[in-house]
Amino acid sequence: MNTLHLYARFIEISVRSQMQYRASFVMLALGHLAATGIEFVGILVLFDRFGSLKGWSLHEVAFMYGVVNISFAIADAATRGFDLFGGMIKSGDFDRVLTRPRSAALQVAGQELTLRRVGRLAQGLFVLVWAAFGMDMSWSAASVCLLMGAIAGGACLFSGLVILQATLAFWTVETLEIMNTLTYGGVETTQYPLPIYRPWFRRFFTFGVPLACVSYFPSVAVMGVPDPLGSPLWFQYVSPLIGVGFLAVALQFWRFGVRHYLSTGS
Amino acid sequence: MWLPSFLYPFPIRPMPMPQIVVENLVKRFRVAERSPGIWGALKGVARRRYHTVDAIDGVSFSIESGELVGYVGPNGAGKSTTIKVIAGILVPDSGRCEILGRVPWTQRREHVRDIGVVFGQRTQLWWDLPVIESFDLLRDIYRVPRSSYARTRDELVEVMRLKSLLDTPVRQLSLGQRMRCDLAAALLHSPAILFLDEPTIGLDVVSKLAFRDFIRRFNRERGATVILTTHDMDDIEALCDRVMVISSGRILSDGPLDDLRRRISGERRLVVDLEEGEGRIEMAGAQVISRSGQRVQLRFDPDAVSAAELIRRVTSAHAVRDLFVENPPIEEIIAQIYQEEHG
Repeated sequence: MNTLHLYARFIEISVRSQMQYRASFVMLALGHLAATGIEFVGILVLFDRFGSLKGWSLHEVAFMYGVVNISFAIADAATRGFDLFGGMIKSGDFDRVLTRPRSAALQVAGQELTLRRVGRLAQGLFVLVWAAFGMDMSWSAASVCLLMGAIAGGACLFSGLVILQATLAFWTVETLEIMNTLTYGGVETTQYPLPIYRPWFRRFFTFGVPLACVSYFPSVAVMGVPDPLGSPLWFQYVSPLIGVGFLAVALQFWRFGVRHYLSTGS
Repeated sequence: MWLPSFLYPFPIRPMPMPQIVVENLVKRFRVAERSPGIWGALKGVARRRYHTVDAIDGVSFSIESGELVGYVGPNGAGKSTTIKVIAGILVPDSGRCEILGRVPWTQRREHVRDIGVVFGQRTQLWWDLPVIESFDLLRDIYRVPRSSYARTRDELVEVMRLKSLLDTPVRQLSLGQRMRCDLAAALLHSPAILFLDEPTIGLDVVSKLAFRDFIRRFNRERGATVILTTHDMDDIEALCDRVMVISSGRILSDGPLDDLRRRISGERRLVVDLEEGEGRIEMAGAQVISRSGQRVQLRFDPDAVSAAELIRRVTSAHAVRDLFVENPPIEEIIAQIYQEEHG
C-alpha cells in the first residue's frame, strides 16, 4: 500500500512537470497519434489490395493490432524511467537511488510517466473499438475480463522487456538498442495473427518471448474465432498471466543486476 | 527481577560502542585497459585486458557518536569509495563495516534510513519542483511521520533561512541556495549520521561560511555525527576536531588537527610587510621562504627562537609596516605527509 502511495506521488509529480510545458505535450501527443495512425493506414492499404490475410479479415487483424498497441502504449509510458537508466548509471544518479530506503526499481520507474504516449493509446483504442463494432461480435462478462487481462498482461510483458534491456546497462553502461528489436519488433509482429508465421517463429513468440500469449491467443477467445493452431480455450484464457510471470522474472533479473552494481560500482 | 541498585556488584551500563566501525576494508576495481587509436578501441572490443586497482586497501577506523570528522586526500585516493561503502552503495571485497550495529550492504534499506548523504556535485532535489514539494516527497520516501516532519522542516527552514526559497523551482536556485536546500533535504528524516561529499565545492565565500555554520550547529545541537570529505582545507580547519588523511587507499594519519600539525613540525611562520625601500632581509634563527612585493614570509622554530625575540630582531633591523605570526597552512602539512609516505 505504502509502495503504491509513493508510486502515485512520483507519477503525480511527473505529470505535473510535463504539464508545465503544455504546448509541447499537445504537439508530441498529436505527433505520436499521427505516426501510429499512418502505421495502421499501411494495414488498411494491404487489405484493400488483397482482401484478407491467409483467411483473416481486416477487422480481426485490427482487433489484435488494437490490443497490442494499447498494451505497448501503457508499458512504454510507465517504463520510461528504465529507458533513462543507462544515463543514471553514467551520471551517478543511481547512487542517490541506493541511498534511499526504498526499492530501486520503484524509484527508477517513478521518474516519469510519459503522457505523450497517450497518442498511441488513443489510436489503439480507436482501432480496437472500430474493429469490435465492425465484426458484430458477442460480448460476455468473461470476454470483457479477458480483454482487460490481455491488455494488462501485455503491458506487463512489454514492461518486462524494457526492464531486461535496462538491466543489461549494469554491465554495459550503455542501454543496448538491440533490445528494441524485441519491443518495437514485437509490436510489429504480434499485431498480425500468429498462424501466418513459420513454426519456429511462432514458437519463439509463444515460449521464448511470449508476446503471442498476450495478443493472439486471448484475442481469438474474445472474438470467438476458432484458432487454426488448435489451442484449447482454457489456455487462451490463462495465457495473459504469462505476461505477468514474465515481468516477475524480469524484476528478479533486475535485482540480480542491482547486487552486481553494489559489488562493482561500474 | 528488580533489585535495589546497591545489590549489584557492578554498575550495569551499556558498553560504549563506536557508532561506525570499519576494519580492514578492501575494495578493488577491475579496469579495462585501453589501447590508443581506433585499432586499439576495436581490439578492446574483441579481447579485453583488465588490471585491478586497489581503491581502498585495508582501511580501518572507528568513529564515536557526535564526532565531526574530516576525511581528506588527493583525487583517486579512495575517499569516495570509502564513503560509498559506508553509505551502502558499494559492497567491499573484504573487511568489516558496522554502522549503528548494521552492515550497510546487507541491510541497505534499514541502514540508509538512519543516514543522510549530501553530494556537492549532485542535487537530491527534483529539478522542476518547488523546493517545498521536494521536501514533501522526501517525507514520503523516508516515511517520516507527519507531526515530526512538520517540526523538523520548520526548524530547518528557520535555521537555514529557506522561507523565501520554498516556492522556487530548484532549477532557478543559485548554487549556494541549492546547497542549503540540499543540506536541509538530507536532514529531514533526522539522520544520526551525515555524510558530506565535497559540500562546499563551487560556493562563494559567504555561502561557504553559512554552510559551515549550519553543519556545526547540526553537529552540536543534535549531537549527530558528521563525516566530511573535502578539498577545501578551510572547511577542515573551521569544522573538524579530527582529520583522517587517506592516500592510495590507505589511511596515513588519523587524529586531532593539532596533532597532525605537530606531527609534521612545530614550525611557525612570521609574515612581515616591509616599508618601501627595504631590501634583503636576513635573520638568525629564521629562513625566508617567499617574498612577493614588500611581503616576506619567514619560517622559524619556536623552540629555538621565540616569536617575540624574532619580532624584536626584525623590527630593530628593518623598517616594518606590519607583521603577524601564523601556523603553516594545512595543505602544506598534508602535502608533506604524502611526500613522507611516497618518498
